Amino acid sequence: MSIPHLLVHDKQDNVGVVVVEGLTAGTKMLCVVTEDNSDFTLRVNDDVPIGHKVALSDLKDGDTAIKYGQDIGRIVASVTKGSHVHTHNLKTKRW
Amino acid sequence: MGTPNSFFGYRRENGRVGVRNYVAILPVDDISNAACEAVASNIQGTMALPHAYGRLQFGEDLDLHFRTMIGTGSNPNVAACIVIGIEPGWTQRIVDGIAKTGKPVAGFSIEQNGDIATIAKASRQAKDFVHLTSGQQRELCDLSEIWVSAKCGESDTTTGLASCPAVGNLYDKLIPTGIYGVFGETSEITGAEHLCQARAATPEIGEKFLKTFQAYQDEVIEQFKTSDLSDSQPTKGNIEGGLTTIEEKAMGNLEKIGKQVSYIDVLGPAEAPTAGPGLYFMDSSSAAAECVTLMAAAGYVVHVFPTGQGNIVGNPIVPVVKLTGNPRTVRTMSEHIDVDVSGVIRREMTISDAGDALIEMVVATANGRLTAAEALGHKEFVMTKLYRSA
Repeated sequence: MSIPHLLVHDKQDNVGVVVVEGLTAGTKMLCVVTEDNSDFTLRVNDDVPIGHKVALSDLKDGDTAIKYGQDIGRIVASVTKGSHVHTHNLKTKRW
Repeated sequence: MGTPNSFFGYRRENGRVGVRNYVAILPVDDISNAACEAVASNIQGTMALPHAYGRLQFGEDLDLHFRTMIGTGSNPNVAACIVIGIEPGWTQRIVDGIAKTGKPVAGFSIEQNGDIATIAKASRQAKDFVHLTSGQQRELCDLSEIWVSAKCGESDTTTGLASCPAVGNLYDKLIPTGIYGVFGETSEITGAEHLCQARAATPEIGEKFLKTFQAYQDEVIEQFKTSDLSDSQPTKGNIEGGLTTIEEKAMGNLEKIGKQVSYIDVLGPAEAPTAGPGLYFMDSSSAAAECVTLMAAAGYVVHVFPTGQGNIVGNPIVPVVKLTGNPRTVRTMSEHIDVDVSGVIRREMTISDAGDALIEMVVATANGRLTAAEALGHKEFVMTKLYRSA
């Protein structure tokens, strides 16, 4: 298998993690779900650094971000599928 | 391919096995650091453990101070220990605590003696301890006799994908053989507390965990927070590495306990496990040096430390084995990394392969290989303080 650009922990997740350096907007990413080794492709909309997250579907304000199949926080600004998800559009539900 | 199942360690008087053979010079309090450092400077083969506290502490905070001091001196990686304090009472209390292990220990106090006379007496004793311990031989020990602690630092999203699961795989493979393990970082379970509770061996232990977790939330976070803790938890480094929320960080953190093992008790900070071999949860700070110091004081002899962005922490008495799954960290901070598991995110290495590589490094470290942190001189010995002194 080729080296993936994006890894997803769980099939229920709506965000994945960029695992290559220097990923540029427009790249058609090979995405692998680590849970079952299934794969899919997704075009990334932004330059996204290694380790940062990308939305796997359109997410709107108030949605819950799911990673590891678990709630990791609240979307606070709309994100389109393939766009960068981080502190500008995702916040903790705790504290 | 089989991983090694034995190592050469130092058998101690109480039956425990150490992987290092230090003569420690332990200050009871901050103002005795200078005398301890002078003794360590006089006598080769000794090591001072300076720290910031030990005066006018009281209650639970004082109990933790004594537990950390006595636990550090009692750790099997310490062959013999000199204790120096400003006055004889608390000094003797620590000496007596360490003496229960059967190892050589002696205490010295400074009041009515002064630094110079104290340093002279303690140096002579330290020299005797060096002669006594430096000829000790390592002997073949079963790998099941090793106690391995785990805490991650400067995590990023690769930590939850690669390095923490590698630690989890180590525990899944070695806990059933009879080793002692421990994880903690109470604040960094936030968002994953339901998953952590479910991994307790019994509902009672799960309740004990949840009570400990909630006490931290109520007594520390809620009492002192001025914001959502962003930049502290997650840290600036976590955020640079792609972690956005504490919940996300907690999920990655919890990968360290693997898929199969359950924890069998909940320990207070620096508390030694008493429920037999197995995995434990320790109520502990998530700050690296504090947490590793507490786990070392509980008797753990090797620490495995997954990092994402490159936490460089070490400990004076316990070798800290660093692993990372982030290829940028491997490239830019290679001198700090003992085990490169970045192959996991390229899908070139399985989690089981990564666990085996980590076990091999733990065994090599137990046999005497210096870790990156040891070779670079990292000796962060940091006491946890619960509240202001009297």
